[in-house]
Amino acid sequence: MAADGDFAARAHAALGNAEVRANFRRAMDGLMAKRAAQFTDPQAWAQTRARGAAIKRRVLARLPELLERLEARCEANGIRVHWAETTGDANRIVLGILQEAGARTVVKGKSMVSEEMHLNAFLDRHGITAVESDLGEYIIQLAGEMPSHIVMPCIHKNKGDIARLFAEHIEGQGYTEDVAELTAAARRVLRSKFAAADAGISGVNFAVAETGTLVLIENEGNGRLSTTLPPLHIAVTGIEKLVETLDDIPPLLALLPRSATGQAVTTYVNMISGPRRDGEKDGPRAVHLVLLDNGRSRVYADAELRDTLRCIRCGACMNHCPVYARVGGHTYDAVYPGPIGKILTPQLAGLDAAGDLPHASSLCNACVEVCPVQIPIADILVRLRREAVRPSDTPAVKGAGAKRAPLEALAWAAWRWMYATPALYRLGSRLMARFGNRIPERLPPLNRWTGVRTRPRFAGRTLHDLARDKGYDDA
Amino acid sequence: MMPDARTAILARLRAAPRGAAPELPPWTPPVYAPEDRLTRFRTMMEAWRGEVHEVDSATWPDRLRSILHNKGVRTVLHAPATEHGRRLAGAWAGQAEAPRLLAYDRPVEAMKDDLVHEADAAVTGTLGGIAETGSLILWPTPEEPRLMSLLPPVHVALLARSAIRDTLAATAAEEGWAGRMPTNLLLVSGPSKTADIEQTLAFGVHGPKELVVLVLSDL
Ligand code: SF4
Repeated sequence: MAADGDFAARAHAALGNAEVRANFRRAMDGLMAKRAAQFTDPQAWAQTRARGAAIKRRVLARLPELLERLEARCEANGIRVHWAETTGDANRIVLGILQEAGARTVVKGKSMVSEEMHLNAFLDRHGITAVESDLGEYIIQLAGEMPSHIVMPCIHKNKGDIARLFAEHIEGQGYTEDVAELTAAARRVLRSKFAAADAGISGVNFAVAETGTLVLIENEGNGRLSTTLPPLHIAVTGIEKLVETLDDIPPLLALLPRSATGQAVTTYVNMISGPRRDGEKDGPRAVHLVLLDNGRSRVYADAELRDTLRCIRCGACMNHCPVYARVGGHTYDAVYPGPIGKILTPQLAGLDAAGDLPHASSLCNACVEVCPVQIPIADILVRLRREAVRPSDTPAVKGAGAKRAPLEALAWAAWRWMYATPALYRLGSRLMARFGNRIPERLPPLNRWTGVRTRPRFAGRTLHDLARDKGYDDA
Repeated sequence: MMPDARTAILARLRAAPRGAAPELPPWTPPVYAPEDRLTRFRTMMEAWRGEVHEVDSATWPDRLRSILHNKGVRTVLHAPATEHGRRLAGAWAGQAEAPRLLAYDRPVEAMKDDLVHEADAAVTGTLGGIAETGSLILWPTPEEPRLMSLLPPVHVALLARSAIRDTLAATAAEEGWAGRMPTNLLLVSGPSKTADIEQTLAFGVHGPKELVVLVLSDL
């Protein structure tokens, strides 16, 4: 994992790793083909997608009211709701709940928000062991790495990598590349963790304001185990992850797994509307929901950037991204990689910290074409590039202006002056026609362009001169 | 600290400029002819590697006994206070070759070991099926708890043929789920699976490795 330097430097290093590149290529090709097979009827796709986007737009149009409604419904169902401004606050809330319950061991279902919180490391520092139970998450936890994909966290690893990890970390486990055997080994280890766990922590795919229901989808069953077997369940989620009514769930379910892994439905759709009730024999005795802001309300403040919050975390944008497929998830050095990460990370972490990410794109629009909730990712990328050098009047983006370079600003100011002053323009273009090709390639800052692109050649005569030759005498 | 975070977050959201909420554009989930529902359900469920058996509602416990025998199942978790749980216990009583029945009749804390390690299979009812996606609707109750469909390696689900509906959207709306959500409502489409290792499918990673659906002819 390359975490040094900027994106460009890390990308350079990643491109040299043939093995990881092959792992991603194979995975992305497979995921793209499977998704395409699900959306063969363009009309049905357009209709469902328009519905999905509208559902999320409606949510955002009434976000504060719906959050209050969700809170009230959850509390009425017996789910305790907590609000966290920052990931630090969210961590402390989770820790407080666990400590009050005397919990020492936790099993976790897949949750990107908990990655955002770096929850495992935090709990570990406070003497609580958190075990990831999604197979992919378990594998990268053993490896001590970050997820490289939001849906398939260990997509960068191949069988051999995983076989070595298991042989090293699981007692009595020899080296095998047999996927069924590796899976069985994980089941064995994790079963005992589930049985002994004091609490389960999960994410949320959709929180339904109307009914106070947490909807979680998955294929493995670890999410169900995490939310059913231990006596305590804590769900963590971002404040944007809600829908208004239960009727909003079917169209979104028709989009999410199809876009993510090319499945018409996941093995499990788990809808939780409260802790164990009197007389019930299983289910957690207490359920908590932690709503995390962590910069989302700031994203919300800008009417254009707000679209970022429609994301349902399907991962289709990264599966179809020519940049992601080549450099892999770790190159982004962020919890959310790929196109959604390129627009979300700079807004959450600030353009000063992650302002190079919006440039990690060719603006080819592949992500926009596949996004099931029609997020205009390319437009937001361009907007963020602009915010990084020239903040808008009401700076909504954290760290706006951080990438402003005096030399670059001066160059553009000179450019504008030249274009607005005919005499200067004539002089400038003549000089370039005459001497432009003699400017040394390595001259800074020009070399930042010529180092990666073919240098354009200036024509021997200016456009005005050529036009005059053709008889345009007002040129 | 907590009430402050809530107030501050909501205040920031309220201060943001807001447009009108857009209308929802039309969306029509698929509709199947009643006689096609089972075919669609079966095709989809089998695509998820679920087994589908059409059985006679009068004799399903016998059919199940032979199905489970072939799988080498020795201990079956059942819900003794349900109608089908009673049928099963009655039909298998005194049959030497029938699997041993384990009743889920106490809270999980009192029988965790049995649930996690002992039961080879569990038999549950279902609220219905969804033809579009080949899904079972499970609505766990005090009599038939949630873990039955999750812990044992084989899950047997009873599905009345007439309870197969077109889509989730139609079922949820027609049955008014929004007004009466249970603590846990589940859609199950096939056995537990993962593709986390090189996109290669493997079954039973956490939940059941096999899902057996008995479609009961109508009574
Ligand atoms: S931005 Fe769109 S395509 Fe990307 S993860 Fe979010 S919903 Fe999926």
